[in-house]
Formats: sequence, C-alpha cells, structure tokens
Amino acid sequence: MNMDDNKLTLEKITSDLTHHIRINKGFLIWMGFLTVSLLVCLYAYSIQLKTGLGVAGIRDYVTWGMYLANFVFFVAASLIGMLISAVLGLIGMKWLTPITRIAETIAVAFAAVAGLVIVSDMGRPERLAYVFLYGRPQSPILWDVTVITTYFVLSLLLLFLPLIADMAIIHRKADSLPSWLKPVYKVLSLNFTDNPAQNKIINRAIRILLILLIPAALSIHTVTSWLFAVTSRAGWDSTVFGPYFVSGAFVAGSAAVIIAMFFFRKNYKLQDYLTDLHFNNMGKVLATVSLVYLYFNFNEFLVPGYKLKRADAIHLQELFAGKDAILFWVVQIGGLILPILFMLFRRFRKPLPIMFISIAVLIAAWFKRYIIVVPTQEHPFLPIQHVPQNFIHYSPTLIETLISVAPFILVLIIITLISKFFPVIPLHETARERGIEHIKFD
Amino acid sequence: MEDNHTSHSPDESEDQKNSTRRNFLKNLGLAGVGVATGAAALYSGHIFEAKKEVSGDQKVLLTQDGKLVQVDSLEIKAMEKTGVALHEMEGREGIPGRRWVMVTDLSKCRNARKCISACQDAHQLRPEQYHMNTLQMQDTPGTAPYNMPKNCQHCDNPPCVAVCPVDATYKRQDGIVLIDNVRCIGCRFCMAACPYSARIFNWIEPKDAATHLDQEYNVELNVPQKVGTISKCLFSADRLREGKLPYCVEACPNGVYYFGDENEDAVTNGTTKETVRLSKLLRDNAGYQLMPELGTKPRVYFLPPKNRLFPFEAATETTPEKV
Repeated sequence: MNMDDNKLTLEKITSDLTHHIRINKGFLIWMGFLTVSLLVCLYAYSIQLKTGLGVAGIRDYVTWGMYLANFVFFVAASLIGMLISAVLGLIGMKWLTPITRIAETIAVAFAAVAGLVIVSDMGRPERLAYVFLYGRPQSPILWDVTVITTYFVLSLLLLFLPLIADMAIIHRKADSLPSWLKPVYKVLSLNFTDNPAQNKIINRAIRILLILLIPAALSIHTVTSWLFAVTSRAGWDSTVFGPYFVSGAFVAGSAAVIIAMFFFRKNYKLQDYLTDLHFNNMGKVLATVSLVYLYFNFNEFLVPGYKLKRADAIHLQELFAGKDAILFWVVQIGGLILPILFMLFRRFRKPLPIMFISIAVLIAAWFKRYIIVVPTQEHPFLPIQHVPQNFIHYSPTLIETLISVAPFILVLIIITLISKFFPVIPLHETARERGIEHIKFD
Repeated sequence: MEDNHTSHSPDESEDQKNSTRRNFLKNLGLAGVGVATGAAALYSGHIFEAKKEVSGDQKVLLTQDGKLVQVDSLEIKAMEKTGVALHEMEGREGIPGRRWVMVTDLSKCRNARKCISACQDAHQLRPEQYHMNTLQMQDTPGTAPYNMPKNCQHCDNPPCVAVCPVDATYKRQDGIVLIDNVRCIGCRFCMAACPYSARIFNWIEPKDAATHLDQEYNVELNVPQKVGTISKCLFSADRLREGKLPYCVEACPNGVYYFGDENEDAVTNGTTKETVRLSKLLRDNAGYQLMPELGTKPRVYFLPPKNRLFPFEAATETTPEKV
C-alpha cells in the first residue's frame, strides 16, 4: 500500500467495495445456470428417494461411497473459517482483513451444506428427526451433529457481526445501491452509529466468537475422522486420524479461499484490495498447511507400512501398487508434493499460478477423501464371497454422481448470493485501517 | 389483595380476610381428609370382600422374569392387550434367564448351504442377501482350506450397537443383538463398524415387498424387511421364543451347528438333536472365537476344522446376479 491509497476517502472505499451489489446480466445468467443444474441433480435425488440407495453404486461391503467422501470434504472445507479468522486473526496478522469475510462465507456455505450432504447418504432420510428424538450420546454421529450445528451457528454469527457496521455505512453512503435493498440493510445494521459503546460490544462479541470457534472447528473435523477411526478396519484404525483430517482440512480450505479470492478480485474489480501480497501470503499459508499434512501422511502410511500387519498389508498393497494406485499417487504427488514444491517459489504465488495450484489441490483433496473412505471397505477382515461382482468393487453410478454434485452447486449458490449482496471485503474495518477513524453518520 | 380494601382500615380488613381464609382452608382440609379416609375405607373393604372369594385351586405360573409363583385360579385374568408396544418391549428385552450361544463345528461343514436357504426363506431375503454365508477359508498358504459358515457373532461388546445413533440396533439380556427396522435411519455406521461383515442393507425394495405390505412387523424375525434399513442374523429370536432351534441350525444336514443356553451349559446339535455340555464341547475340541483380539466378545464359537469329515471342494455354485 502506498500513501495515496491510505488517503482514500470513505466514499471511494464504499463505492469500490459495493459497486458490485446490483443485479446484472452476468449474475442472472450464472444463477440461472446454477439453478437449472441444481434442478437436474435434485431430479436424480428424487429417483433415489423413490427407489432407495440402490441407485448408487454402494453395496453391502463398500457401504460408504461418494456421499460420505463428499461429506468429509464439505466438513473439511468449512474449517478454513477457523484458521483464517480465529487462529491467524487472533495472532494479529493485519494483512488478513480483506480475506476474513471470504473465509467466513466459505465456512458458512460448506458447513450448512455438509449437513445436507449427509442426508443424501441416509437410507431413510425421512427419519432424520430420530437422531434428535432417540439420539444415543455414545454414537459419534451424535457428536458430529452437535459440533457441526455449533460450528455453523458460530460461523454465521461471525459472518454477521462485522457486517453490522458495514450495513450501517452502506445504507447511508452507497448511492449506486438498488433502492429495494436499502431498507434491508437498514434493518440488518441494527441502528449501528459507530459510537464507542457499540463498537466495544461488537468487538468483544467477535473476540469471544473467535475463541469459541477454535475448539468447535477442531471438534467438527476430529469427530468426523472418528466416524472412521472408531472402527477396527485397516486403513481407518488409526490414532492420528484427528490431526490428519484437521491438517488436510486446512489444505482444502486454504485452496478454496485462494480460488474465491481470485474470482472475486477479477469479477468485482477488487485489485486494489486483494493485492499480490494477499495471494503471496495465502500461498505461504497453503504451503505451510500442506507441509503439515504431508507430515501426517508420512505417519499414516509409513508406520503401518513398516509393520505390515496382515490387513494393513493388503490395504497398503492396493493403495501403493494395486487397483487404487494411480489415483493414490496422482493425488499424493499432484495434489500435495508438487504444489508444495511450486509454492516455495515466489513467482508461483502470483494470483494466476496460485489459483491454478489451488484448483489442483482442491480437486486432489476431494479424491483424497475418496481414497480414505472407499478402499478400506473393499478389504474387510473376512473374504467377500458368493455376492455379485458389483458388491466386490465399488463404482459410482451416474445418479450418485449427480447427487454428489448437487452440494457443490448449492455451495456456489450460497457463496454467490452472500458475495453479491454484501461487500466481499469488510468495509468498516478497511476504512479504519486506512485511517478513517470515526465515521460520521447524518 | 392489598389493593382491594377501600372502606375498612387496612389492618382490620387484612385480619378479617386472613382469618376467614384460614378457616375456609381448615374446613376444606378437614372435609378433604374425611372424604379421602372414607373412600379409602370403602375401597379397602371392597378389596377385602373380593379377596374372600378364593377357589382354593392354586395354579403355578412362570412370571416374565423367570420366577415360579402360585396364584389362585380365580385371580388369573387374561392379559390386557397392549398391542405392538408390549411386543416391541419383549423384542427389546429378550427372553429372561437365557444366554444364547452357538457352536459351529468347522470339521463338519461341506458347504451344503441349506442353512443359508432356510435363513433366506424365513427372513424374506434375496439370494445375494446373507444373514448366514458359508465362506471358503484358508488362513495361510500352508494351512488347509475349510468352509466357514459365518453369521452375526452376537458380540457381548458389539461395535455396531455402540455406534448406532438412534438405538435401532441393540443388545438384549439374552445375548442377542437385534435390529429394529422401524427405528433404523439407514446411516450404515453399524456396517462400517462390524469387523465380521455380518450386516446387510436393503438397497432397493426387499424381495416380494408388495405381498408383505399388510404383515405386522416382527422385530424378532425382522420381517417384513424394509427398504433403506439394515438386516442381519437374529439367532432366530422368534424361534427361540417358541422353544425351537434357529432356522439354520435345524436345516443343516451335516450336524455343523450346536445351539443352546450358556446359563444351562448345554447346547443341542440341530441335525442329531443330541444335547451336550457346552463347556466340555469347547474344551475337548479346542473351541475358539473369531478375531477375539478385537475385544468384541462373540457369542459364536467355532470348533477347528480338524479331521474334516469331507474333502474340501472349491466353491462351484454360481454367484447371484448383479443387483
């Protein structure tokens, strides 16, 4: 930032950060495309509702397939809100300001949809309420439901609280705003007038939320990993599954944030706010969490690989050199090792290359969940015999794939709506950091 | 109350009111006690009168919790019908005083698969759905192959029950692990948790579902099967309630299965109907459990495939069609 930038007026900042809040052709086409795609996927789900889970490729041995890999992926991606806002934010990293809302938006969208993803994997979705009516606290599913709900509420509040001040500024100062939106913002601003008492309350509340967010976020993915780790199956029976999943979640989430940053910057013309510095720093964050994840990968594969207990040996043989080997190595090398090597160099942390790296990382992150969920079940302790071929090897069906795509579309819809109708970059906080101490309201 | 007084002086009015209220309450209380005493007296008198009618004919009955009691024949009344609730309660509690146990003699199994078909018929299962499945096993390359009929091990420390979020699968006092498909939400966590691959899922509409629409659900038979829910071996809980051996045990032509009550230390062979001591059978034949190192404490024992009565033949039967 040079000195001129710091002298920006509030009017300029407001206009820069809110000029995208209007319904234009591009938005309508994009939303129309998403809605139609979602309807196609919902049609696929209606077939599953009518026929049963048998429309998917899962059967008695591989009983958790794409749907569960999807669930783990969505929970993982939502964890980024905690890393960016809470961990790095509480440490006091100032450069994060323009990224916090993007991270929170992603957290809210993925956490909200994760709850729906798991319903797609239920044989009896109409009995969802039984989890609350007859819930048994011994079951990790109950823990998962509890912590994901908690995390979602905390993330939603953390998205909303900093928005209050922004809403107050926007509904007074943003002239380009569609007139029907102004009253909405006025209500959402909760009569905020930037007086010290109000700021104190909001700041304190945000701080409490940030602190609460850390255990909640750690819990959601640790508990999700326990859905596997509490069983005695080779490949799941692991004590490092909690931190293994959490570090993997940060990788997926950081990549998602970088991709979102890239497109917001381009589409909403935020080049002055999301600068090369931010991409460079997020590249470093992604590289760091990837290294941590790599460390846990070593633990996860090297230790059982050294002992080669019978069931572990079969599992690792399939992963390293068997049926799943190509997918495994592409994911591990293409989605983890190569990105780390590239990100060591500054030129690959420029917006465009880091965006492409992030896409590779994010796709690999999804397939990594698939590798964690599926192959283990293809090698149970006792042999699989006298069953049809499709019971022995799992291959997803088209309907199953469409149903698995639906949550992605839903996430895109939620992120698009939030980013379209609210400033992507925190307005009030940016104004403060650029030296506008007190905002005068008329 | 205090707002109401107008003409009287405050104290006077308060006293008066309080005293009338106190009196009223006192009277009411007395009346109440009187009525209650009277009613109680009348009622106990009535009971006393009724008690007088004794036939002298004493019947010996077995209570639900397994005690023998003497009751006058006049006092025996037909049980009130409580419908499904009682049935379900029984299904959840199990048969009092029993600890069911199964012993599978691997030296006798020649993979006749009669147990499988009897089981599938009883539980309305498709050909690829197994509560009981005979596996062709070979523990290590140098050791002999053998047939192993494998069903739910009805573990005393069942991993499936631990992970069930809605209490749909549960452990009964008689040792049986059951599944309530009215409760099951179809999350399949129990399938993931079971190290014995004992559980199956109704991925599509169960076999002949349309013809079983009116059938009342029997949790001890898990029939009718329901789409989107789990099924598994039930140790034929419905047959045990009738004092009969399980479907598979009875159907075996080769004397593979023994079934009985651990509390009685007795098991009966389904083919020969010979009853033997459980502890002796296990001791003499080096009985073992499947993967005891997992700590699941199975209720199914295996006798090793020693001196096999039949030569091992690789499985020749066709695998079921794709579903």
